[in-house]
Amino acid sequence: MDIPYTVHNRPDTGIYNAKLGIWLFLASEVMLFGGLFSAYVLLRAGAEPGMWPHGWLDVRLGTINTLLLALSAITTLLAWAACKVREFGKFKFFHGCTILLALTFLGIKSYEYHDKFIHYEIALNDGTFVDGHLKEKSADFDLKKKTGTVTLHGRVVQDRKELMDLRMPAAQAAVLEEHVIQAADIKKMQNYGPWHNTFTAIYFTMTGLHALHILGGTLVIFYLWGPGSRMWKTDPERFTNRIEVSGLFWHFVDLVWIFLFPVMYLT
Amino acid sequence: MSLKAFHLIFVTLLISLAFGCAAWAFNNGRPGWGVAAIATGILVILYGVYFLKKLKKISYL
Repeated sequence: MDIPYTVHNRPDTGIYNAKLGIWLFLASEVMLFGGLFSAYVLLRAGAEPGMWPHGWLDVRLGTINTLLLALSAITTLLAWAACKVREFGKFKFFHGCTILLALTFLGIKSYEYHDKFIHYEIALNDGTFVDGHLKEKSADFDLKKKTGTVTLHGRVVQDRKELMDLRMPAAQAAVLEEHVIQAADIKKMQNYGPWHNTFTAIYFTMTGLHALHILGGTLVIFYLWGPGSRMWKTDPERFTNRIEVSGLFWHFVDLVWIFLFPVMYLT
Repeated sequence: MSLKAFHLIFVTLLISLAFGCAAWAFNNGRPGWGVAAIATGILVILYGVYFLKKLKKISYL
């Protein structure tokens, strides 16, 4: 028995079933991301004055990722249009481009995450802070036993607030140097992972969830580009509808990034 | 709503983002970035016109 309305529109809804299904799913996704954006607004509005970070993310990498996703939305549309005019070769090319663009996006995102995980803020016993990227930990380094040394490439500040706005001229002009710190001098040492503060928590949550959507979408697109494309020979209209449905999901994920980028990177 | 209609919404938001980024760049002392963002916005507008012409026969529903 065939599944009904996979190709032709259902009379009561006016669309085929898979399209109705993806729109219902996207509605639930709007609520998911909407809740997280609301959380972001509340966390930011509730932050103590001067304690919400600015300029912590690399705008250049964010811009490149925005362009990659914008291009991938275009290649997805062109792949669908190629199916509509029965040009399978063009479909293969455009969807192959979509997969490559998505993988590049994930590669850049991973690099950004890695950069945050090797970035440390160390509170010293004398009340100052050393902030920078981890260069080396001595073999005997143990924070609990207070043995060994850690080397950071960064700067020393007197007040933690100085680390919050990296767009300020003083932060821009800061000279970064290597600092060798004795474990015995360390009061607290923490990297810029999700546990660092509310900004990194919401940043990793939202961009991490978005990256998982990119990964899921890429797997689906890869299946349709590879083994799933066999359907083209038996039922091209149904296959074209599958490409449209995956394209709707992909556009939604790209749309979320269009909001995430200015909120996280520019403000 | 078809992929065509959703793509149109996407392109509209992308144009807004490009000009928004240009405003951000000029406000933050990065005129080079601002010009690049405006150029990107114009390119996306041109792409939008091309895409509407190319997919003229495809429904919005």
